[in-house]
Amino acid sequence: MSALLTVNDLKVSFNTEDGVVHAVEGVSYEVEPGKTLGIVGESGSGKTVGTLTIMGLTRAANTQISGQAIFDGEDLLSASEQQMRAIRGDEIAMIFQDPLSSLHPFFTIGAQLVEAIRVHNKVSKAAARTRSAELLTMVGLSDARDRLSSYPHEFSGGMRQRVMIAMALANEPRLLIADEPTTALDVTVQAQILELIAELQAETGTAMIIITHDLGVVAEVADEIAVMYAGRIVEQASAAELFANPQHPYTRGLLASIPRLDRDRSSGLDPIAGRPPSLIAPPSGCAFHPRCPRAFDRCPAELPPLEPAAAGSEHLVACLLSPEERSVKQ
Amino acid sequence: MSAADPLVEVRDLEMHFPLTRGVIFQRQYGAVRAVDGVSFSVDRGETFGIVGESGCGKSTTGRLIMRLLEPTAGQVFFEGEEITHLGRRQLAPLRRDAQMVFQDPYSSLNPRKTVGSIIAEPFIIHREARDAEERRKEVRELMDRVGLNPEHYNRYPHQFSGGQRQRIGVARAIALKPKLLVADEPVSALDVSIQAQIINLLQDLQSELGLTLIFIAHDLSVVRHMCDRIAVMYLGKVVELAESERCFSEPRHPYTGALLASVPVPDPSISAVGRRPVLKGDVPSPSAPPPGCRFHTRCPKAQPLCSQQEPPLSELTGGSLAACHFPLEGYSSSS
Repeated sequence: MSALLTVNDLKVSFNTEDGVVHAVEGVSYEVEPGKTLGIVGESGSGKTVGTLTIMGLTRAANTQISGQAIFDGEDLLSASEQQMRAIRGDEIAMIFQDPLSSLHPFFTIGAQLVEAIRVHNKVSKAAARTRSAELLTMVGLSDARDRLSSYPHEFSGGMRQRVMIAMALANEPRLLIADEPTTALDVTVQAQILELIAELQAETGTAMIIITHDLGVVAEVADEIAVMYAGRIVEQASAAELFANPQHPYTRGLLASIPRLDRDRSSGLDPIAGRPPSLIAPPSGCAFHPRCPRAFDRCPAELPPLEPAAAGSEHLVACLLSPEERSVKQ
Repeated sequence: MSAADPLVEVRDLEMHFPLTRGVIFQRQYGAVRAVDGVSFSVDRGETFGIVGESGCGKSTTGRLIMRLLEPTAGQVFFEGEEITHLGRRQLAPLRRDAQMVFQDPYSSLNPRKTVGSIIAEPFIIHREARDAEERRKEVRELMDRVGLNPEHYNRYPHQFSGGQRQRIGVARAIALKPKLLVADEPVSALDVSIQAQIINLLQDLQSELGLTLIFIAHDLSVVRHMCDRIAVMYLGKVVELAESERCFSEPRHPYTGALLASVPVPDPSISAVGRRPVLKGDVPSPSAPPPGCRFHTRCPKAQPLCSQQEPPLSELTGGSLAACHFPLEGYSSSS
């Protein structure tokens, strides 16, 4: 199957008063139609900046962008602002973390949905309103017709996120980018939203990129997972493979540092020492080496390429340890 | 567990925040029933967890125990003494023996003070270690104890990362060797790899200093990892109170069961999407809670009785307390 979105060696850096922030340092991945790619990482790993750049939302005088993001045969990074406006919200839609600040407080839900539809489609206001009500019903809001005249503040966090999802799906996008879609929500509402996203995806066949720091969330929804650290992908594999057989010491560290309901309580937590690196002056070689329990003399000197974990494997890992050394328990 | 000598006890605690209209002539037209009849006791040396979703009253309960708020009804006891309505001066001993760690390490530290003087402040307020040299020594020891470099004594909070700031907050809280530490969502603002560091630090300190810990959080996996006993709150009420292990392996209240089933598990082979019972709707407003059992509007097991009569928190076989007319059978959530 040919990929819907192919990202090639994406690099993003920002000039700031403190120096150049290297937010994304050469990231490549593909998203296939109907599939879900999960991007996992901690704050500052570049997971959000990368996708914002693909959407053309980081273009500014102090930003340097290089690489390619081929969507449907077209490079989004070199597309004009006008072309991007036509694509955003139509072919590619985005759901953000905070549903309160992504809805306009002065306009009704209906007005905002109608606008999202009419920007990309030549339909009458009445038709767009009918379609809006259908969308709200689809995302599980009752009394959709009446809800159209409500303002965002009248809705709870979970309902607002449903509205955001309805708006994102309004024009049947082929790619949906969800940036921490459930982080601001309570756990029972999070379960509802994850369920909803999975259902809608099965119905519409939309491809999705989900960005999160929560390994539990990504395990439930993603087909393929990329783990990011300091602007680079350090490990990438299918969800089942990644959790069953994590290779990179960082991925292993992450998995060892979360308490889990499905494990014995007495098993202690094994935190990763230190803290995430500065992106202005990242460590030399492998950016993880100052925190890595398995670092050896080559790590500070050489940048490990993202390579198959074993010959012919689809499991990619960027680590200088040999496959045998990596599989040893820490 | 000896129920004979609890460090903290609350009885029928209520906190109703008034809702008022008007600017000059304020009229009360309702109340947010943040905490509405909560009773439990916490033993010495125990880690007691309070879990629930936003708006369930867990933080308010923590603040009432700390007497940062004065309850509208009910009683709070600390070491057997009633502190419910004590004044500012009478509370001074409590202010030393009970300390708090807050959620947001960015807003809980004064940005204009150095770390050294932030951690030294408890000594000054409570007139301990009066000699500046002695104070400095104490602070350096504390910084070392919580894993901060004592040489960073003269730095300001903005020069530290989130995890390090939380360590500063912990150092300040343990400075006077308190008996009780109330930690309100101490790790939820931190990155995953840093969370584990702070959890381990709290556990180490607790066993070293013999602290009693009240741990307030929404993250069930973290609470299970930390706590001996757990109170699950919903809309201002405790719906289940049980030993941690039992609460997670055999939840008795349908809300506890639903909460557990909602937690995503980081293992795709047992992924739950499409199989778990998803609770419908949102938490109702605490200013107009539903009649009867407050959970009946979302409960998968609700019967007509549930909307009429409020179930009391009562003991079930196995020792768990649950407030439900039709409690779940003891089952294992992992199977």
